[in-house]
Amino acid sequence: MSDEHEHKLEAKSDYTADASSVGASDIDAVPEAELPDQDLYHSHSWWTTYVFSQDAKYIGIQYALTAIGTGLLGLVLSWLMRIQLAFPGLGLLEPAAYYQFVTMHGMIMVIYLLTALFLGGFGNLLIPLMCGSRDMAFPYVNMLSYWAFVVAVLVLLASFFVPGGPTGAGWTLYPPQAITAGTPGSNMGIILMLISLILFVAGFTMGGLNYIITVLQLRARGMTLMRMPLTIWGIFTATVLALLAFPALLVGCLMMTLDSMLGTSFFMPAMVSMGEKLSYDGGSPILFQHLFWFFGHPEVYIVALPAFGIVSDLLSVHARKNIFGYRMMVWAIVGIGALSFFVWAHHMYVSGMNPWFGFFFATTTLIIAVPTALKVYNWIITLWRANIQLTLPMLFSLAFIVTFLNGGLTGLFLGNVTVDVPLSDTYFVVAHFHMVMGIAPILVVFGAIYHWYPLITGRMLNETLGKIHFWVTFVGSYAIYFPMHYQGFVGVPRRYFEIYESPYIETSTLVLNQFITIAALIVGAAQLVFLYNIITSARLGKKSEKNPWKANSLEWHTPQMPPEHGNWGKETPKVYRWAYDYSVPGAKEDYIPQNVPPSEVIGAKVEKT
Amino acid sequence: MPVTVAVAFLLITVGSVVFHFWSPWWWTEVASNWGGMDDTIILTFWITGFVFVVICLFVSYCVWKFAYRKDRIAEYKPEDNKLEKRLTWITTLGVAALLAPGLVVWNNYVTVPENAYKVEVFAYQWGWKYRLPGDDGVLGKTDIRYISDENPFGLILEDPNGKDDRLVDGDELHLLLDRSVKFELRTIDVLHNFYVPQFRGKMDMVPGIITYYWITPTKTGDYEVLCAEYCGSGHYAMRGRVIVDKEQDYKKWEAKQITFEKMLVQNKKNKNLQLAKSNK
Repeated sequence: MSDEHEHKLEAKSDYTADASSVGASDIDAVPEAELPDQDLYHSHSWWTTYVFSQDAKYIGIQYALTAIGTGLLGLVLSWLMRIQLAFPGLGLLEPAAYYQFVTMHGMIMVIYLLTALFLGGFGNLLIPLMCGSRDMAFPYVNMLSYWAFVVAVLVLLASFFVPGGPTGAGWTLYPPQAITAGTPGSNMGIILMLISLILFVAGFTMGGLNYIITVLQLRARGMTLMRMPLTIWGIFTATVLALLAFPALLVGCLMMTLDSMLGTSFFMPAMVSMGEKLSYDGGSPILFQHLFWFFGHPEVYIVALPAFGIVSDLLSVHARKNIFGYRMMVWAIVGIGALSFFVWAHHMYVSGMNPWFGFFFATTTLIIAVPTALKVYNWIITLWRANIQLTLPMLFSLAFIVTFLNGGLTGLFLGNVTVDVPLSDTYFVVAHFHMVMGIAPILVVFGAIYHWYPLITGRMLNETLGKIHFWVTFVGSYAIYFPMHYQGFVGVPRRYFEIYESPYIETSTLVLNQFITIAALIVGAAQLVFLYNIITSARLGKKSEKNPWKANSLEWHTPQMPPEHGNWGKETPKVYRWAYDYSVPGAKEDYIPQNVPPSEVIGAKVEKT
Repeated sequence: MPVTVAVAFLLITVGSVVFHFWSPWWWTEVASNWGGMDDTIILTFWITGFVFVVICLFVSYCVWKFAYRKDRIAEYKPEDNKLEKRLTWITTLGVAALLAPGLVVWNNYVTVPENAYKVEVFAYQWGWKYRLPGDDGVLGKTDIRYISDENPFGLILEDPNGKDDRLVDGDELHLLLDRSVKFELRTIDVLHNFYVPQFRGKMDMVPGIITYYWITPTKTGDYEVLCAEYCGSGHYAMRGRVIVDKEQDYKKWEAKQITFEKMLVQNKKNKNLQLAKSNK
């Protein structure tokens, strides 16, 4: 990187030229750039282009592919678990393996798939493009962030091959059982899990600082915060949450590592394990739960907020209508983010913490429902008197609304402390969180991939395959998780390797279990159609025009599509409006991109943004 | 296409409602005083169900009514303060209507009535034992360091209150009908949770502290106990039984349970016998 300076972008933007063009018409005035144009590193070897790339777009794709690859492993694990649950007679898994798969499935999906995909994947791809910057603020650190993630994934996968196998402590890793003999993988497995998480947090911090500083410092001229697309607001707020929440997970992991390896007693009280008195004394298992959920609850929103943001943009573009109540949407994102740090102990109503906490946390939890509900209202009001194009991104967004609504409403059950007592630790909880933070965000991910695929490859995804993928995924996953709530009502506890014949569980509940498993296998198989589509369309897909959805946000207005290194050619764009000027009365087209100056759309009656 | 999509969303909405009312899967009949939890759930169902149906119907209507036509221009109306405010208030009211009754029931749940008798539930990987306070109504103090083959519950020998405690060294517990009972929950190893679906109550057991909850059984019967907090590879097999008795039957069962004092004597005898045997 010594010769970085020789490879500066050839034409830095020419300020005097800018000033003269601004002078041409006052209505087109944008503030001058406060920072000089960014110097970029230009790769000149195969390694620095394709492996240790410092281009955020490329890093985003690397992140996304690694996350999806890991997620496929999580999907296969879920198949194995479901087959075991529905057909215990096959004897597919031992209890230890079942619990190991439950644990790895949960951790992979939450951290290594969803968090990495939304922030590392979409964050890297979209932040510079949508903000009108040339790249992230610190491309080198950004590259390190990705490779730290890769090492974290490798360490996680390595735990499958150590003696005792991966940890089977449940994704919440509650001590004491996580590091005592009764749990599978309580020696090497758990240590590798903790190390992997520590690496993930370190890697994420490098990326997260980049996302925040890029959004705060490198936006194009005229791109005020209140003109940013909601996608960026979602990713930005989620990153702030992550930078505040992950440290709690980090210290929790470090302390547990010490408990396990050095015999400290942060989380370990005096106890007897398998008839043997252990040397621990005086630690508090509940302390870990507080640390874990202080991270774990914001984590839900770390996944949800980018999804909220992206789906807002998809709805607006494909309904040809501005997002309703943009400012309310921004404040709802920020408000939900802030409140998410005051609700963590609703995961612990029956944990044995002081029961009087229940009053406080039930109240805060139900308060957070208000801004969340407002977001749902604004999404559906956006559809009102719109001009709805039922493209694949729109279909996935609509499916998201239904799924998220369902999962959000069942959150009102579990958040209301009394109702939580009979339902906690049952399949109701499993159904709730899969609906709200599994299926709902994944539907947004699919919508987003169908939407931005042309930006990445220059080609469209196959529509027919996409429709098959959509209907099977949406209806199928609804068929999995909607009935599952009712298993929870019956009282079927979660994390049971086998139910046996309990006197209170009717045989029909087991039939329901089989139905759910079959639906899960079908939905899983539909993802192969999606993968096939992604892979083949990159070469054979229909060529995309430049701005195929006629969208306003900047990423579609780069000089080349797909955008090249540095994104914007000679000059970074100037922004004159928000990203939602669709169907403006008096305008010739039904969209006015953010970089179109007012002088070019004189007759349009836009509201000032 | 718009019609198909609208109908599909409509069917999903209607299907969910139909499933709710006609599916055979519903909770077990409540056998304790916590019917209030069921009532709160029912209330929550009505409010959230209403919101779910209204929003889903609205979405399918929009999909059908405002389907794309080249010649149509969507409405341009970035904000509507009045509408947004109104929605905020309605939502706040709805949420308050859910929360208030919930907190009342929770208050009952965490306030143990004074006349409740105590039972210690003793959890270990992977099974259940129980301890009754004996005639003095007080459970003797325990310490994990005292646990041994002779003293499996780890009672502190110096505490006189422990002498008459009755130890149930099996996984079957009997409870009195219509009498409030406070479960004092204790574990010697990892987290567990004492859960009987029909009683609705639940609380984790945490090593190092005693947690609790209370119920009043309202129906005689034989119920299954499940562990509801993941506790390692035997979690799924950690089952037990609770039998709710009328007073007479209960007394009979109680009388059969050995007191701590007697057990110590017995253990001593056994030990002496063993010693004698090994000396031969």
